[in-house]
Amino acid sequence: MSITIATSLDLKGLSCPLPIIKTAKAMKGLAPGELLEAFATDPGSVSDFKAWAQTTGNPLVESGEEGGVFHFVLKKKEM
Amino acid sequence: MSVNTIEKPVIDRSTPLAAQKTPETTERLVIFAWSGELDKVWPTLILATTGAAMGKETTVFFTFWGLFPLVKNEVRLTGENWMQKMLSAMNRGGDEHLKLSKMNFAGAGPAMMNHLAGEHHVASPHELLEMAKELGVHLIPCQMTMDLLGLKREDLIDGLEEPAGATKALADAQGAITLFI
Repeated sequence: MSITIATSLDLKGLSCPLPIIKTAKAMKGLAPGELLEAFATDPGSVSDFKAWAQTTGNPLVESGEEGGVFHFVLKKKEM
Repeated sequence: MSVNTIEKPVIDRSTPLAAQKTPETTERLVIFAWSGELDKVWPTLILATTGAAMGKETTVFFTFWGLFPLVKNEVRLTGENWMQKMLSAMNRGGDEHLKLSKMNFAGAGPAMMNHLAGEHHVASPHELLEMAKELGVHLIPCQMTMDLLGLKREDLIDGLEEPAGATKALADAQGAITLFI
């Protein structure tokens, strides 16, 4: 099974609440099951992405950090 | 009806938050924006936009000093009588003219704060208000305070909903997360 990312967001340099707001907007355009990846530098985004995924029901399928850049992969939930 | 018969909402704490079903359509956030100060309007708008981004139906009721940030930035004087005019002269409206509750230093404080916000890529109150509209946040001015303070509908920015009263505000707040800022 190949994993393709439908949308990639560069949120580096942005502060709360912009990373989540831009992500939420972009997720609206995705079809169920599609993936969105995001790159952010706001350390608060680690807990924010986790909380957003939990409350909206769109699973956070991957998250990590490399050289001060946090990356997240969200999956658009099934309707 | 005795006290014993009042039903208390049961909150199930045995299931972790992640596993609990959270129907986004029924979750609502209602903020009463009472203050017109920069350091309170800012978190109000951050929480409102974030609430909407989390799929919550979000409403902000603007009342009392909270109405002044909604005045168009180019409108200098509002009010019909000398008291209302004096009020607006001493308390300029608009989301670009907000004062800090402390360390205002005759406007130097907010200028420094805005400078820092720019450096840290923090959205300004003006940008957040535009985002709130885009995200479908219900922005409702309080009718009574508009009358009291002499603010007319045309003094206020576009994109607001019909001015409303306390009953509408409390009815919307029923069962919602409520904040008074």
